[in-house]
Amino acid sequence: MTDAALALPARRRRSSASYRLERRIKKGFLVVAVGLVLIYTLFPYYWAIVSSTKQGAALYRNTFLPAFDFTYYKALYENKIFLGSLVNSAFVASSTTALSLILGISAAYALGRIDFPQRRGVLMTILMISIFPQVVVLSGMFELINWLGLYNRPSALILTYLLATVPFTTWILTTFIREFPRELEEAAIIDGCSHFRILTKILLPLMGPSLASTGILAFILAWNEFLFALTFILTDENRTVPVAIGLMGGSSRYEYPFGQIMAASVTVTLPLIVLVLIFQRRIVAGLTAGAVKG
Amino acid sequence: MASVELKSVSKSYGGNPVIRGVDLAIRDGEFIVFVGPSGCGKSTLLRLIAGLVPVTEGEISIGGEPVTDVPASKRGIAFVFQSYALYPHMTVARNIGFALETLGLGRDAVRNKVAEVAKLLKVDHLLARRPRELSGGQRQRVAIGRALVRKPEVFLFDEPLSNLDSDLRMEMRIEIARLHDDIGTTMIYVTHDQAEAMTLADRIVVLNHGVIEQVGSPQELYHTPKSRFVAGFVGSPRMNFSPVKATGVGADWLLAGPGGLRVESHVTGNRSTPATIGVRPEALSIVAPGSGRLDGVIERIEDLGHEHFAYVRLDADNSWVIRLPARPREDRDTKVGLSFRDEDLFLFEESGARLDHAASHERSAAAVAQPSGGGMAA
Repeated sequence: MTDAALALPARRRRSSASYRLERRIKKGFLVVAVGLVLIYTLFPYYWAIVSSTKQGAALYRNTFLPAFDFTYYKALYENKIFLGSLVNSAFVASSTTALSLILGISAAYALGRIDFPQRRGVLMTILMISIFPQVVVLSGMFELINWLGLYNRPSALILTYLLATVPFTTWILTTFIREFPRELEEAAIIDGCSHFRILTKILLPLMGPSLASTGILAFILAWNEFLFALTFILTDENRTVPVAIGLMGGSSRYEYPFGQIMAASVTVTLPLIVLVLIFQRRIVAGLTAGAVKG
Repeated sequence: MASVELKSVSKSYGGNPVIRGVDLAIRDGEFIVFVGPSGCGKSTLLRLIAGLVPVTEGEISIGGEPVTDVPASKRGIAFVFQSYALYPHMTVARNIGFALETLGLGRDAVRNKVAEVAKLLKVDHLLARRPRELSGGQRQRVAIGRALVRKPEVFLFDEPLSNLDSDLRMEMRIEIARLHDDIGTTMIYVTHDQAEAMTLADRIVVLNHGVIEQVGSPQELYHTPKSRFVAGFVGSPRMNFSPVKATGVGADWLLAGPGGLRVESHVTGNRSTPATIGVRPEALSIVAPGSGRLDGVIERIEDLGHEHFAYVRLDADNSWVIRLPARPREDRDTKVGLSFRDEDLFLFEESGARLDHAASHERSAAAVAQPSGGGMAA
């Protein structure tokens, strides 16, 4: 009975040409689908670029080609407050990234390599902390910042961003360290390495790709953050870029500086794109290949 | 060079004993092979000697000095890992020289030592490459080079050849034997490969469930195994076993088993009741049905070219394998008789311990007379 069910039907095949046609149609669909996704993701950014180069009433006409008028950019680069906020953002984001990587690696080494009974609990707690909505911790964090005397200082932002970045860097790096072949570490122990030397000479060079990808994620998160940056910073000269853009005003209260905001948005996104382009090769490269026979 | 001594060494993981009270004395310059089924603790025992895993109880000494609490890097040992464990981000030269670099040796000194070792292992043309650009055999050589450069007193190998294909494995096996002849360092080698164990070892240590079943030369293990476990583990294909019913008085037994087996046997020494008999596949020959010691039906014949295996079913539960130099005349499904000499018969009591019987002394004597005792499965 089962044999009968498994047997191929007598006319089991169509002609070869029809399979070829089918394959081409499928390929065509794939191209269209990819195109749609690309338009969906890239159009807003393209629209921002286009809008940022248009003046006045042209902004409200639906032309898809940029006008190459850089007045807004010039105005932006003469805007001391905006430039200051760029510097603030760079400082906050890179400090956050560096700190969360250092904390993340140390925690991940312990969580990934050392067996202690509370390990699961610790990992779960870390995960739970990272899923708290920002609004929930906002008022408590405000008290904490005040108490530490960090109100209206960029360092307040670094401290609060760590709350979000350390958990996920720890998680990603823990996974990586767990998959790291134990024999490599044992080989290093026999070669006379201390824990510190193992970390710096063996683990860190091999962790390049995962450090780069977690680092970029942390950087993007810190660079784009709005709520904390709005709450904990009072004065213009201490603001980070997202808030600075959000609070940008026109020359009169009835003017909405659309073009200027677009120019600022484009400017702010560029560093992220550059970062990702620099590190993408490191992210993709499988550095551990060849360590252990796969 | 150094001797290694283990005194009632035990290791347990979270209350689970993995190694239980192992005593072992390894002489200076000896080549020792640990064998055993997977999970018997052979790798753990090696890691205990290396110092990668702390012992739960017992003492380890190397070269007469206690090293139980000495860290791995200070024990004068080198370890070759199954996965090679080469540092993937370093060149071959740095891989080999990394231990010396860690010791704080000067750049030139390291380079000279590395060059020397690389030449010995014929990897000197690969020094600038990364491990991922090497073949399996080359990686293995580099791993050995990395061990060699430290001038260890004891070499530890953890299944070093199991990732290689069979041709390369044989080649590297011969090279490891040559290396041992050349440098004469004590070597401890873990493997599950019979051929490696039999050809490399001065003495084999058979482990089972964390205890040593038997320690002895390959010939001793083959000809005079202490237990059914060792008898079944050494030799390939493994020894044929069948349960027997023993009737008799004193030390004279009449043994009846499957396939119409009837053997009279005089047990000497320990006088407990035989429960199992064993005969090696190479000790059996095919004769006409009824004229041998037992009868069966040929179920399957495997032709390997230089040798042939015939599988003979004795009854529903028992099937024996026979190793033959030439293809048997008999076909599948033919009834045949099997014969063997008295001295090739092994008797085991219920607990698995081997019993000496009148004829077994002849076998032991023969084995001692020609210690290189051929006939081994390799």
